[in-house]
Parts: sequence; structure tokens; C-alpha cells
Amino acid sequence: MEKEKNTVSDIIRETNKTIRDEKYNQYVKQVTPTFSTVKNCVAAYIVGGFICVIGQGLTNFFLKRSGDIELAKAYTTICLVFLSVFLTGVGLYQKLAKFGGAGTLVPITGFANSVAAPAVEYKKEGQVFGIGCKVFTIAGPVILYGIFSSWVLGLIYYILKQVGVV
Amino acid sequence: MAENLSGNMQEANTGNETSVSKIVGKQSVAFRKPPYIIAASSIAGKKEGEGPLGTLFDQIVEDPMVGKENWEAAESELMKMAAQKVLTKAGLKNTDIRYLIGGDLLGQLIATSFGIAELGIPVFGVFGACSTMGEAMIIGSTLVEGGYANKVMAITSSHFAGAEKQFRFPLDYGNQRPYSASWTVTGSGAVIISNQKDPNKNTGEPDIVITGFTTGKIVDYGIKDSMNMGAAMAPAAFDTIKQNFEDFGIKPDYYDKIITGDLGYVGKNILIELLKEVGYDITNQHMDCGMEIFDQESQDTHAGGSGCGCSAITFAAYILKQLRERNWRRILFIPTGALLSQVSFNEGNTIPCIAHAVMVEAR
Repeated sequence: MEKEKNTVSDIIRETNKTIRDEKYNQYVKQVTPTFSTVKNCVAAYIVGGFICVIGQGLTNFFLKRSGDIELAKAYTTICLVFLSVFLTGVGLYQKLAKFGGAGTLVPITGFANSVAAPAVEYKKEGQVFGIGCKVFTIAGPVILYGIFSSWVLGLIYYILKQVGVV
Repeated sequence: MAENLSGNMQEANTGNETSVSKIVGKQSVAFRKPPYIIAASSIAGKKEGEGPLGTLFDQIVEDPMVGKENWEAAESELMKMAAQKVLTKAGLKNTDIRYLIGGDLLGQLIATSFGIAELGIPVFGVFGACSTMGEAMIIGSTLVEGGYANKVMAITSSHFAGAEKQFRFPLDYGNQRPYSASWTVTGSGAVIISNQKDPNKNTGEPDIVITGFTTGKIVDYGIKDSMNMGAAMAPAAFDTIKQNFEDFGIKPDYYDKIITGDLGYVGKNILIELLKEVGYDITNQHMDCGMEIFDQESQDTHAGGSGCGCSAITFAAYILKQLRERNWRRILFIPTGALLSQVSFNEGNTIPCIAHAVMVEAR
């Protein structure tokens, strides 16, 4: 944190609105309680790690049965997505996320939750204007910019290949 | 007129006779014939029912859907229940109510429109976000005192799930609410304001009257974080309370309680600090509906309750009770509202806020 602390009297005496607003924002930052980053990181590590352990267990299981690692990975993804959607549907994923934070957001289960939750919420507005239009309200940006950035990277890769760098 | 409120009244010339105007100071009004609050109702959701005020509400609805198809219809149903309840408690029919002044948080006030449609009462739809109850009571009491209505109903509602859906994320989306976030109250509260005393009042009970009000301005101190509404709204409450003191030439101890709507734990402290800086210490008088309605520790509500329903049901169930029982004699009731929309938020705007102060007295 910066050394100079904003006091209420600075804010009230400030006549320039822009500066006053800046000072007020800094003051609010000082007085608003925040989560402990360490605690959040530990919780995310535990929950995220646990989800990954389940994933690894599933991969091992499918690999043993099929002998094909690609196939095992695909089945694992399907199972994790199903699990997340199921937990979202019964209202448990939100509770897990409240504790686990980024640990539930980063794995594919977080992505599945972000698609399932709007589907549950907007079902009442109909199949087309409800679920159809709004199912990707949260995941939409990830999909759009995910595809876009892979296209850009592909283009760079193509150019580098033509030039002979790779 | 209240005895100490002669302060800054202006003289107004009406034709031949010189009469005392009701306009006070810059933004306030003092009624000459203060209208009566003759009945109030509060319908609360399950979580609110489990909170510290749980036993005081008229009815607690366990089912978040209130037997309806969706959140919006559920909120309308809550409002309908509150309207019917307040009529029953006052022993009135819907045709006895001249105007209904109501609003809610949903886009285009759909909870209100659908909720009160069947009542057939002429209506003013008002929007002041979470300050709507204050706005509705101000307009309602002005209509009554001005002689334009005998009885009016002021009503508002909010629903946790409906508000989350409209302003934040779908309910089942996994995210973490910051400590500064508030919890929208599920509930609907209504009051009936009349030009006559409450005929059903128990003997010995005081009359509850609205003696005046201070209308708020839009106040914006540049907060953009919609998860910290308390900090955004505190300057609005500060502005209106300060103006009320200045307009009437009074000090905080004029009131037994100064009750804000939903500033929560973060906003409360900021408000007290801001007012101290201009020479008003309200530490002893201040109370916040959002902090009363939930138990922060056990109910995990972070900054406290919010929403139109928060101040409305706290007023109807708890504040009026304290006045009726003569525990408090004079209060200033200041519902606070954050006037943002999803569009304004997405476009990176700051949060414009407002607070309306209603002066209520037991006499």
C-alpha cells in the first residue's frame, strides 16, 4: 500500500470532483475488508488439486480399460463435465466454489458450471430466448477469445513455418 | 407542526392571506397536518425469517418460488400478499385506497405491475432502487397532506434470486462474493398513509405520523464496484442527512434513531466518519436496516441485507413496533439506493446513488 492515506477530511475538503472521487475510491479501498489471499490460495489448491486427482484417477481407469491415452483423456473430460453439470443442477457446485474459489474455476468443471448455471436460470424464459440465447452469457467470452487467440497463434505458427524458423 | 421544527420555514404569499409555507430549507418539507401511518405489513422470505427480526414479520414464505413459475412471478406474489395483508390489518378494502405508490428492482418495475394489477388501485410506479420505500412514502404522504387523497399505500419488494439474476450471475454459478457484497432481501413491505388517525389502534398506543422529509439528490463519489454498494451509497446518505439537519436547524440528538436502508457494515462506518467531519456525530443514533435484518456471522450475508424489501420490511415489522411501544419517539428513516443498471455498469460508469429521508414520529 502507498504511504499517504486518505482521510475523510481530505475527501470532504476537496473541491475538484475528479480528485475527490479518486481520494474517495482510495479511502474505500482502505476500509473495505478483503479475503485473505493465503487462505484463498490454500483452499483453491486443495479443491483444485482434489478435482485433478479425480481426473487423474479417471484417466488411469480408462487407460487400463482401453489402452489408448487419447481415448482415456476424452472420457475423463466427459466424466468431469458431467459431474460438474450434475453438481450445478443440484445446487452444490456454487457451495464448493464459495470455498474453493479459483480451484473450482480453472479446471474444466468450472467451464461446465458456467454453461450449466445460466441454462438452469434462463430455462424459464424459454428454449430459444432463454437457454438458446443466454446459455453462453458467462462462457461466451472464453469461447470467442479462446478460438480467436488460437487462430492468431495458428497464423503466427504458419508464418514462422514459412520463414523457416520452426 | 412539531414544536422544534419552526427553524427555516419560509413565508409564502398566497393571494390575500399570508400563510406559512411547508417548504423548509433547500430540500425539505415540514407537514402542517402530519399524515398518519395507520397500518403496515411485512412478508419475508425464509432466510429473513431465520434472521434476528424473524418473529416480527407478518408472514414468512418458506418457498423461494412462492408457488410460482419463476423468480419474477414469485416477487409479484410477495407484493400482492403484502398489499392484501396491509388492507386486512387496516380493515380496509382496495377501493378505500386512493393511490398506490410502489416500485421494485426488476426492469420496468414488473414485480409491481404484475403484483398489484388485480387490486385495481390507481398507481404511481416509482424507481429509487433500494431507496424506493422512502420515495414512495414521501410521495404518498405529500398526496395525503396536500388533500389529494385520504388514504394511500406505499409498497415495495425485492427478491434475492431475481436481483442476482438481473444484476449479477445465475444463482448456481460458482463464484465468491466479496465481504463488501450485500445480500438482497426477499420480501415485500407496505404501509397505509392516511389523513385520519388509526381507528383500530389499541388504547394508549401513540399515533405514528410522518412530520416531514428531505428529498435526496443524486450523489456520485466515483465508485464503480457494484459489489461494494455500501461504499457507493454512503455519500448519498451523508448528503441527505446533513441537509436534513441543516434545513431544520437540528442536531443528531433531535432523533432517537437515524436509520439508513442498506449501507451495511462497510457503508455504515463511512457514513459516520463523513458526518463527523462536518460536525455531526450520529454514532449513538445510527442504525442500518441491512445490518439488523440478518445475522452476519451465522447467516453468511457479508456486508448485510439490501434491496427495496430490506428497508421496507424492517420499517414495517421492527421500526414501527419500536415507535408504537414508545421505545423511540422520533426517527429519521433514510432508505438508500444505488441507481446503476447492468448497461451502465458494463459501459464502465460510476454508480449514481440517492437517499431519501422520512421523518417519523410517535405522538
